Amino acid sequence: MQLVLEQEQEDLRAAVRAFAREEAPRSVLRAVVDGDHGPVPGLWRGLADRLDLVGLTVPASHGGSGAGHVERAVALEELGRALVPVPYLSCAVLAVDTLSSLADERARAELLPSIAAGERLVAVAVTENGRWDTEAVTTRAEPVSDDPAGGAGWVLTGRKETVLDGAGADVLLVLADTPDGPGFFQVDRDARGLTRTPLEPLDPTRAFARIGFDATPARRLTTPDARAALSRVRDLASVAVAAESLGVLAHALETAVEYAKVRIQFGRYIGSYQAVKHLCADSHVDLELSESVLRHAAWAADHAPGEFPVAAAHARLTVPAAAFRTAARAVEVLGGIGFTWEHDAHLYYKRARTLEHLLGDPSDAARVLADRLLPDTAPEAAR
Amino acid sequence: MGESATGPSGAATEESPEGFGARAGQWLAENLPEEAEGEPRTPAEELAHCRAFQAALYDAGFAGITWPAEYGGRGLGQAHQQAFNDAVRDLTPPVGPFVVGLGMCGPTLADLGTEEQKQRYLRPLMRGEEIWCQLFSEPGAGSDVAGLQSRAVRDGDGWVLDGQKVWTTGAQHSDFGAILVRTDPDVPKHQGLTMFVLDMRAPGVTVRPLRDMTGWSVFNEVFLDGVRLPADSVIGEVGQGWAAAVTMLGHERVFIGGMASRRSDALSFTALAGLAVERGVDRDPVVRERLARLYARQRALGLFTRRMRQEADAGRPPGARGSVAKLVGALNDALAVELSGDVAGPTALAWDSADTRATERALAVNGAPSSSIAGGTNEIQRNIIGERVLGLPKEPSADRGVPFRELRVGTQRSE
Repeated sequence: MQLVLEQEQEDLRAAVRAFAREEAPRSVLRAVVDGDHGPVPGLWRGLADRLDLVGLTVPASHGGSGAGHVERAVALEELGRALVPVPYLSCAVLAVDTLSSLADERARAELLPSIAAGERLVAVAVTENGRWDTEAVTTRAEPVSDDPAGGAGWVLTGRKETVLDGAGADVLLVLADTPDGPGFFQVDRDARGLTRTPLEPLDPTRAFARIGFDATPARRLTTPDARAALSRVRDLASVAVAAESLGVLAHALETAVEYAKVRIQFGRYIGSYQAVKHLCADSHVDLELSESVLRHAAWAADHAPGEFPVAAAHARLTVPAAAFRTAARAVEVLGGIGFTWEHDAHLYYKRARTLEHLLGDPSDAARVLADRLLPDTAPEAAR
Repeated sequence: MGESATGPSGAATEESPEGFGARAGQWLAENLPEEAEGEPRTPAEELAHCRAFQAALYDAGFAGITWPAEYGGRGLGQAHQQAFNDAVRDLTPPVGPFVVGLGMCGPTLADLGTEEQKQRYLRPLMRGEEIWCQLFSEPGAGSDVAGLQSRAVRDGDGWVLDGQKVWTTGAQHSDFGAILVRTDPDVPKHQGLTMFVLDMRAPGVTVRPLRDMTGWSVFNEVFLDGVRLPADSVIGEVGQGWAAAVTMLGHERVFIGGMASRRSDALSFTALAGLAVERGVDRDPVVRERLARLYARQRALGLFTRRMRQEADAGRPPGARGSVAKLVGALNDALAVELSGDVAGPTALAWDSADTRATERALAVNGAPSSSIAGGTNEIQRNIIGERVLGLPKEPSADRGVPFRELRVGTQRSE
């Protein structure tokens, strides 16, 4: 079990941090916050061209770097730390992992190279009510016998909620229910009957959309087991969400500690009061435990498939919640200035809150871990 | 190089850590005594049993692994120590009486002792022939150890010692103790302390068992009444006792951190989940969620201590971050105590005397408060994390620079 990073991975961290500092300074972030909340297109191409970061876990045969999840976690930590407004989680994580977890070689060959090059944005539409499982899906897929394009096509009818970066995506990968069980479908942006409604986001640096389908043409993606594929995608995304959360946590803690060292009230630095010091200490505890849990989950994703499902559920339960606690404590330590729109503290608070919800309700994280630790008495749907 | 071999100079060439660890694992498998069936041993029998094991361990070359060879140690590196720790991790060797001496007093003597002290004390300590205890805490000095009041006054060549110590583990069967006392009340508190070797059998030393809230008496009170200390019993320098204590407490953190990883007690996730399954409450969604959260915390602590060891192996010592492990261990115990009530059912209240698991669980529940006090309270750990890890400013203190004689210490009614 490897819980500390190699020099190469530290080098990657330094490179992503430098990129964030140079290409995504506060002015860029603030333009997104006060603008349309969308990702910044030029940044995305930079991430792909300068650092080869978009295709980090895409195999070299499809134009990626073929790196592991430990590396991707390091990159996500730094993107989270600086709140870099790019669709990394939706495209480089969820879309890439969905394509990798399914068995559709045609879709891989068509989409992965252009994803890795930063040329095409792909989003994944799973949830309709906050849940990330196949049981809760009501979007229907029906086979079309007289497909004008030829071949066995499908049409989708239904609605997906809170699709991350769904409005800006060129291609959507959609989970839908078919007469023979759940399946994944590929839908292009200009498909007939497709509607995309941007939603008001809690986190103003992150874009969500409602996606509607009305007899929308789609191509079914090959997979022997859509349920297992979704579970795999969610586990890999749990590591990614935990990694981004760790960056958010670390930055929020640093912000609080820096301020507690310079702010004076009642003639003393506020960091000298135990009430404030202990808030910071509790956040440091959250940092140490979160980093340990994340490193293990990322390592297990690459090297220990047997312990990965529990490790992934552990990371999802632990790290985003710790990041939110820490971001909330940071606002508390900052006091009034931390509650202003001008200070960035609220952006970390909102990002952490969003990360905790992204793969299902927060209480679902504990339920998933429990079902994996105590499988014999898990509810039928979870087995 | 798996086996140790004799090199050209005739000296043994160094065995690889892996080979050493494998040999240790094999030796432990062959020599670790089976848990005795039938009648429990008397305390005296138990002590003799432990001494015999420690002597065998030493003679086989697995005690004092990193201690200097000229004083009877093996003179090997941390990698060999780690290999041994890995081999012993899931075992429970009968070494309880020696852990304070081996983990704290011995390493401190090796760091600060005179040549004579090292020659005299280290080998018998390693072999379990002489048992050591540590005497720091006093009724008036808990978190603020440097506020202690026991004092040694010069008398001819030596010293005369009066005072009282408390929470002394193993004092009842110890031959020697490392004791911290005040030798100069006219300077600020940290500057007037000295550490001594105390002969626990010397006239004027009285050891009384201290019954704690579990009903057991693992700790002692030690009364010191005109005890004579020879001049050569000073550890380090006169007036440098605080530095000696810090050295020793650094060893304590390493030692407690090492113990935590091989603790498998009645409050572990495994034990409580097993009990939940037995009682059929593992279908309850609330119990399931709380079990998952307990697992998450306990597993996170295990992963953190492992990460710190890997960092230490890579040349980055944990320093004050050991306080994180200490604090989380205490918080986890408190969480497990809460959950144990839900899974244990009526046996959380009362049980058959033959139900050993319920007995162990009750002992763990009643013992849990010590996790957040012993070795530094949770509040002190948070101060350490805040000040020494995060670099936050210290609290202004009322005692800095003030001669000890003028300080208010211990428990006093406000005027």
